[in-house]
Amino acid sequence: MSVSVTPKAARQIRKALDQRGCGYGLRVAVKTSGCSGYAYALEFAEAPSPDDLSFESEGVQLLVDARSLPMVDGTQLDWVREGLNEGFKFNNPNATASCGCGESFAL
Amino acid sequence: MALLQIAEPGRAAAPHQHRLAVGIDLGTTHSLVATLRSGVPIVLADAEGRTLLPSVVHFAEGGEVIVGHAARALAIRDCRNTIASAKRLIGRAPADIAPGTVPYDLCAIGPSAVGVATRAGVKSPVEIASEVLRVLAQRAEAALGGPLVGAVITVPAYFDDAQRQATKDAAQRAGLNVLRLLNEPTAAAVAYGLDTANEGVYAVYDLGGGTFDVSILRLARGVFEVLATNGDPMLGGDDFDALVVRWFCRQEPRFEWREQDSAALNAAARNAKEALSNDDSVTMRCERSDGASQMVRLTREVFENETQALVERTIAPLRRALRDAGLKAAEIDGTVLVGGATRMPQVRRVVTAFFGCAPHTDIDPDQAVALGAAIQADQLAGNRSASDAGLLLLDVCPLSLGLETMGGLAEKIISRNTTLPTARAQEFTTFKDGQTAMSIHVVQGERELVSECRSLARFTLRGIPPMVAGAARVRVTFQIDADGLLSVSASEQTTGVHTQVEVRPSHGLGHDTVTEMLRSAIDGAEADASARMLREAEIDARSLLDAVDGALLADAALLVPREQFGILCAMQGVADLLEQCGAGEGGNPAERKSLGADLRRATEALNSATADFAGRRMNSRLREALSGRHIDQFAPQGQP
Repeated sequence: MSVSVTPKAARQIRKALDQRGCGYGLRVAVKTSGCSGYAYALEFAEAPSPDDLSFESEGVQLLVDARSLPMVDGTQLDWVREGLNEGFKFNNPNATASCGCGESFAL
Repeated sequence: MALLQIAEPGRAAAPHQHRLAVGIDLGTTHSLVATLRSGVPIVLADAEGRTLLPSVVHFAEGGEVIVGHAARALAIRDCRNTIASAKRLIGRAPADIAPGTVPYDLCAIGPSAVGVATRAGVKSPVEIASEVLRVLAQRAEAALGGPLVGAVITVPAYFDDAQRQATKDAAQRAGLNVLRLLNEPTAAAVAYGLDTANEGVYAVYDLGGGTFDVSILRLARGVFEVLATNGDPMLGGDDFDALVVRWFCRQEPRFEWREQDSAALNAAARNAKEALSNDDSVTMRCERSDGASQMVRLTREVFENETQALVERTIAPLRRALRDAGLKAAEIDGTVLVGGATRMPQVRRVVTAFFGCAPHTDIDPDQAVALGAAIQADQLAGNRSASDAGLLLLDVCPLSLGLETMGGLAEKIISRNTTLPTARAQEFTTFKDGQTAMSIHVVQGERELVSECRSLARFTLRGIPPMVAGAARVRVTFQIDADGLLSVSASEQTTGVHTQVEVRPSHGLGHDTVTEMLRSAIDGAEADASARMLREAEIDARSLLDAVDGALLADAALLVPREQFGILCAMQGVADLLEQCGAGEGGNPAERKSLGADLRRATEALNSATADFAGRRMNSRLREALSGRHIDQFAPQGQP
């Protein structure tokens, strides 16, 4: 069980943490909402909580709570530029469908 | 795929919300709940993976309410406190329910509802149905992980206003927001995507656990119209099981089965029936409560012979539905099978032979109705833009709705087959001078006379300022929402006095009654027309008499000698004829016609006798209004 980030994503995460000035790492979570059932959330993490699993990838600490983990297991987080947009992209092998707008996905 | 940004803890933006909405098939024997996931409708299962929830509610001794499989298991042991077909009772008046329909202790709750006496007190069918709905709602919220925005609940096409309202009440009691009630056959057609076909006439053959319904639907420009419904409320898959049980017990006459084994026998029969839909033969085994068991081999051939009569019983309703719709079997563009019992190959053969084309069967017949409801619920909850599948289903109102006018005539406001939802308004006025209240009587039916129509509600608009007859303007608005429920409001336009009523009809209309009312409207058309003409003549005569009476009192001074005598004679003539009308109420159409003509002539005579008098009254009023004013005051505005 693991999640990972690409070198490009890791660079962006470190940059964001530096700008913020504090923070332990990045929390990757899955919420049940959105039009296809589930949606991703990316948040800064101050510290791991008891039911978190912690992964280190490219020198970045990633936290995933135990409930979300099965749904994002094997996911690689990438940083991409699409036209004028830049942001994180989930390459999730568990997702079978994502909605047209891409904000949510199904398993 | 949208690109994400990192958010502060707990501040991650929620994606655009999927509004959770479900479709619920509230069935006589089983109920289901379905929803749309990733654009695909699916039926939601309980924790044990079962999708069908038996529509059975058990009131246990400790005050606990048990719903579903556990309740069904208790039905044999404690049948009085286990209610299995609340749907047969919902919205029905005591008089509607034929004895023997259900095996419970029924008691009347008022004139328009029944209750079932249980150990937890008298339970109304609305309360019982709401228990089933509550379990389904909980199942959906657990599966979807959030509160439901609303639900579409299906009802048989022949459900009347009272039954629909009661179903809606049950949903509200269960904490569900009803987006819409949808006709079951319409829902099944939607599940099959027939709503995306352009036009056509479809037959929906619904053989459920305990009831058989056939509906003929016409789809035209996004409007589903139920052309006809028919069926057999006492025919379903359970009857097939019962025949298998009887056959099974006959095989070993020496092997004795007792009352308490019937649940095991029924289960064995149901399993055998279901297996025979796929296999040519099955070994039917049933264990008695003392451990002894019996085993018999049942072939599909034997099964089909045993149950042939039941399948054939569905043919007559099919014929009647087609006849009511005025169609031939060959004119049906497609058929849809609904209900678990339509899995039986012999049922499919019969339907294929009857309509001459193979029915649609790709959707699980147990689920089709719930899936269609889920699709509709998703649209109504606003999860789809109008552009991608903006078709909203419309139904039509089965009987005209109107109100009673003077003389017991029915004035139609919303005519039959108007698509729903709809709102129509019409203006009425007062009949007598100084009338300050107006009684509004809402009726349903196609006949011209109120006495021949069904009374739905009565209410009174008060506080109309005293005016001369005909001066008040009362606007009566009829509104039917998409569930087919009616609300009526009345307001006096000059003063804004307003009153309104939600119609909860005191008495339901079965689909037979609807047909009967339509038929009598056609048969009685001539009689109705003559009666209407006579009534109208009567009303005109009475109103003229009143007016002349008032005028004679007010302006006797304006009468010229001898004129008064002529007027009085003419009045007497009209009054005599009116008296005859009152006495000859039951006369035949020809008599009514001639009486009406006489009355018209007499009214005409009175009119001409008073013409000069009326003219002088008018002049005198004008003089009063003009006297004492200078001619300049009447000059057209804007001129020197």
